[in-house]
Amino acid sequence: MNANASGCMEKDESKHLVTDIVAKHKNSKGALIPILHEVQGLYGYLPIEAQEVIAKEMNVPISEVFGVISFYSFFSLNPKGKHQVSICMGTACYVKGSGPILDKLKETLAIGVGETTADGEFTLEDCRCLGACGLAPVLTINGKVFGRLTKEDIPEIIEGCKTEGGIIQ
Amino acid sequence: MQLFRSHVLVCGGTGCTSSNSEAIMTELNENLAKNQLDNEVKVVQTGCFGLCEEGPIMVIYPEGTMYCRVDVKDVPEIVEEHLLKGRLVTRLLEASSQLQEDNQDIEQSSFFKKQLRVALRNCGRINPEEIDEYIAFDGYKALAKALTDMSPAEVIQTIKDSGLRGRGGGGFPTGTKWDFAAQQVNDEKYVCCNADEGDPGAFMDRSVLEGDPHSVIEAMTIAGYAIGATHGFVYVRAEYPIAVHRLQIAIDQAREYGLLGDNILDTGFKFDLEIRLGAGAFVCGEETALMTSIEGKRGEPRVRPPFPAVKGLWQKPTILNNVETFANIPVILLKGSEWFASMGTEKSKGTKVFAVGGKINNTGLVEIPMGTTLREVVYEIGGGIPNGKKFKAAQTGGPSGGCIPASHIDTPIDYESLIELGAMMGSGGLIVMDEDTCMVDIAKFFLEFTVDESCGKCTPCRLGTRRMKDILEKITLGKGVMSDIDELETLARDIKASSLCALGQTAPNPVLSTLLYFRDEYEAHIRDKKCPAGSCKALLAYEIIEENCKSCGLCAKNCPVSAITGNKKEKIPFVIDPILCVKCGVCFEKCPFEAIKK
Repeated sequence: MNANASGCMEKDESKHLVTDIVAKHKNSKGALIPILHEVQGLYGYLPIEAQEVIAKEMNVPISEVFGVISFYSFFSLNPKGKHQVSICMGTACYVKGSGPILDKLKETLAIGVGETTADGEFTLEDCRCLGACGLAPVLTINGKVFGRLTKEDIPEIIEGCKTEGGIIQ
Repeated sequence: MQLFRSHVLVCGGTGCTSSNSEAIMTELNENLAKNQLDNEVKVVQTGCFGLCEEGPIMVIYPEGTMYCRVDVKDVPEIVEEHLLKGRLVTRLLEASSQLQEDNQDIEQSSFFKKQLRVALRNCGRINPEEIDEYIAFDGYKALAKALTDMSPAEVIQTIKDSGLRGRGGGGFPTGTKWDFAAQQVNDEKYVCCNADEGDPGAFMDRSVLEGDPHSVIEAMTIAGYAIGATHGFVYVRAEYPIAVHRLQIAIDQAREYGLLGDNILDTGFKFDLEIRLGAGAFVCGEETALMTSIEGKRGEPRVRPPFPAVKGLWQKPTILNNVETFANIPVILLKGSEWFASMGTEKSKGTKVFAVGGKINNTGLVEIPMGTTLREVVYEIGGGIPNGKKFKAAQTGGPSGGCIPASHIDTPIDYESLIELGAMMGSGGLIVMDEDTCMVDIAKFFLEFTVDESCGKCTPCRLGTRRMKDILEKITLGKGVMSDIDELETLARDIKASSLCALGQTAPNPVLSTLLYFRDEYEAHIRDKKCPAGSCKALLAYEIIEENCKSCGLCAKNCPVSAITGNKKEKIPFVIDPILCVKCGVCFEKCPFEAIKK
């Protein structure tokens, strides 16, 4: 997935990768969003340097690129932690108690929603319905699904990420 | 073609994949090979069976035996017992009490008996990644019929006669929409599919795309023929990776078979499709916002008219239909409009798929004829409420909808009757709530959602919904005053009347509908500072019931703020100091004698 999720990829060196992505889509109509998806796939987020390249190659003002990025919650301007913990806040999960589970996550990780731990290990997010309502309440860590949760499961799940060979996919 | 004596179907929907159905398939194939059964038994990955609660699901044909909550560890036993020796693994049947009695015929189980699968006809029956399996179940036959035997006008007339209405929530007659676009004279037109399923708790469209992607491709091609378009877009949520993956496979296969492209079925008709990924903006489910987003811009809605059928994508005539609407099209053309119109109620024809979730035993995907009552859905198909709790209300239509209280549980479900109740059909999310769900909190939950998702273009929605949310927050914190209710009602009316798009126009609905049926709960929060459902934390007061207390001291031991005192040795009942109590609820959870009330 993320070629370099920690965001340390040398942005100058990888400039040509962004140029290539733009070139691939440039001739199709409404190309900006597919380009942003692909560039985010490359870095794990959309660094300002990449936005500059996209704007230049597409011949649009950078404000337009930034405007689109900031509109959509899927696009991120900041690098994310090694483990992205997303708790589902869909109605089915909410009714089955994802609220208290989120509180427990905040307590365990000592961060708020949308924040990353100082060591860069965890990012906590609440997300829209994942559609795994049969397993409600659910959370995902880097895409791996944990279902039928209770508050008590949280510390163990988080510990599991810290052990060697834990999650990161 | 190779023949097999048995087919083992394993669910590959998102729910079952999340509980490891892929590992089950791998294990199955290994075990079959080990027992030299791989030439006799075929493993097929299918789309969603609907009974997500009991996943991962496995169905073995020709018997039609359904195994529930299958674990990788169970696989050797299934192979040995069922496939080798022909004996049932009863342990796995019993996982669902509903399915016990007639376990050999899943169609007759209480979950499936009242269902009628039209849009979901192939989900859980075919491998969605094999175009041949779709074709074997009459796939692309409707397209062939339309292209060779029917004029575009005849196609539109058939859809009109069927009475099919938009399944995305609006309920606009599909045939009429197509007709508007067909009448436009323009050399460039578009067909779009709305798969930006944003309502929390709704996963019907995802299941269709995952389980039967070709039905959508076929229908969009038919729509292209009917209105005179040569290009189409499917706008899918980026949160649905499996659906996107299978849809792309399906598009590639259709191209390879000449069912998409320049000369479809050698008729000279030209049509092609592209997938566009959403990027997590709920408002993009609104038709004009969706089109702006496909154009690569911020997904903000615009004023209608002009309607998309006149000026849509890139200012060209465009039709936009929802996934489930499209899934109905091929079968209507094949079986005829009369057949379709024979199902349902007077004004709502056919069937509707619902994603049933929340406080219900059988969470999952159900398709019922319009006019089925809510009671049948909740108690017969859904298997009732867990833990013997009471049904309080069902919420339909997500953040745009409303709730149906227990007193209206016998209402037949169709577009009109739900609107009459102040709810709406919506795209098909149906969340069941029991006595522990606080309706003010639910209203607040939906308003938080809309505040988050309002695009900000128009003021009533941007500021009005935030103001409503603030008031609801105040009420749930026990700081409300009675005039707040009036203010909520005034705001709701104004936001509905003056918002630019459907997001704002419908955002106050959850508040209005809960106020209509559960006004007493609002009043209890404000006047009595109590949450009747015992869910709003700020309004809870934990108390130990003296006569039930056995002085075990477990509550005091677990209390994080030492707010509980008593004496274990001298058997003095424990008490909670309400001033110190932080209402964390640990004592309530830990007490083995149910001696703590809230």
